[in-house]
Amino acid sequence: MKKHVISLLCVLFWLVIWQIGAMALDQSILLVTPVKVAVKLTELIPSTDFWKSVLFSAGRILAGFALGLFTGTGLAVLSGKYGFMRRLFSPLISVLKSVPVASFTILALIWVSSKNLSVLVTFLICVPIVYLNMLEGIDSLDPKLKEMASIFGIPPWRRFVGIYLSQVLPYFRSAAGLAIGLCWKSGAAAEVIGIPDGSIGEKLYQAKIYLETADLFAWTVVIIFVSRLCEKAFMFAVKLLVNRVERM
Amino acid sequence: MIIEMGVIVSDLKKSYGSNVVLNGFSHEFTNGKVTAVVGQSGCGKSTLLAVIMGILPLDSGIVQCPKPISAVFQENRLCDNLTVSANIRLVTGKKYGEREIAAQLSQIGLNGCENKAVRELSGGMKRRVALLRALMADFEVLFLDEPFKGLDNDTKKLVMEYCKGKIAGKTVIFVTHDDCECEFFSDEVIELRIEDARIADYKDQDT
Repeated sequence: MKKHVISLLCVLFWLVIWQIGAMALDQSILLVTPVKVAVKLTELIPSTDFWKSVLFSAGRILAGFALGLFTGTGLAVLSGKYGFMRRLFSPLISVLKSVPVASFTILALIWVSSKNLSVLVTFLICVPIVYLNMLEGIDSLDPKLKEMASIFGIPPWRRFVGIYLSQVLPYFRSAAGLAIGLCWKSGAAAEVIGIPDGSIGEKLYQAKIYLETADLFAWTVVIIFVSRLCEKAFMFAVKLLVNRVERM
Repeated sequence: MIIEMGVIVSDLKKSYGSNVVLNGFSHEFTNGKVTAVVGQSGCGKSTLLAVIMGILPLDSGIVQCPKPISAVFQENRLCDNLTVSANIRLVTGKKYGEREIAAQLSQIGLNGCENKAVRELSGGMKRRVALLRALMADFEVLFLDEPFKGLDNDTKKLVMEYCKGKIAGKTVIFVTHDDCECEFFSDEVIELRIEDARIADYKDQDT
């Protein structure tokens, strides 16, 4: 409880600094006050358009994230099992890891419609993070546990959950936690470049064009909030799974 | 009348490169008895256990070992991210409930540890979990490779008493360096020699 109070006070401290800074600058185009952002949010939240934009972007970003989790895990399992697969995927993963989001996005705009741009971009951001973490988890499996399982004649499903899943889940958890935040960042950035109709990225772009700094800040707050909410919800689900596996 | 067979091994040969560890080792481990395998470090005790269990390939020789088997390995070989009771259920399935597992744990000084993750336990506690897992599994033959390693004297005494009750009448092959453990448990003693890893000495504890 005390920790939460301290955290809240820290947030309040920075909000006060922001408010004082914005008031001292007195240029709402450059820096809007947090109070004005809050007022803008109260105007946005009741509108249907706001929720449509949030659902549009969240749906696509989370779809890309889910596809990335699935693909990254699948490729890591293949690489863990077959050495040549590891060598085969290595250059691809290195490229995915290093290419800037803007390059992906512009290239992706040639391949897919701007509507589904964020699915592809978040997918490409998610895959290397999940792949590398899961592969590390798979590599850390102790081969002596496999021997133990065969000595005790542990059935395949129990072996999978108790030995393999319990060992790689912590790696999956850290990969997913890192990837989901980055997916929101890159997804929103991709939408600002691709400007798909009805997305959060389009709203950010319009705010920039019309110099609506309050809108820009309000939509940024929305992205932070929804991103954190998705992260918390997903991590809670993973935690439930981890607890279930730990107790078998 | 059906006579149950013990573990029979004949002419076992095992080398690591030019290092001959087992050189024609043969023995019949009596059914229902505890056989201690003793000898200097590096004489091949653990290798002998591993080849009988089938986790190490033999160069040549024959092993006849009834199944299922259970074991305490040289290392604990526990799943660190699982709880203590999940580690036990991993091998026993749903044969034992939470209460039964907790009751057995308390008998070896691990009261209230059933829901702790193994990674949170000390070395001695992990060793006891590994031992309990082996004792609670179904087995015809039990292999113990220095099962009381890392336990303090009082805990060791408690666990040895518990273990003795559980293995009475079972076929057990037991590697140890400790004369007291040997005397406490064993019906038979085999001493391996480094020179050729044949039986150097054979003692029947009853005689």
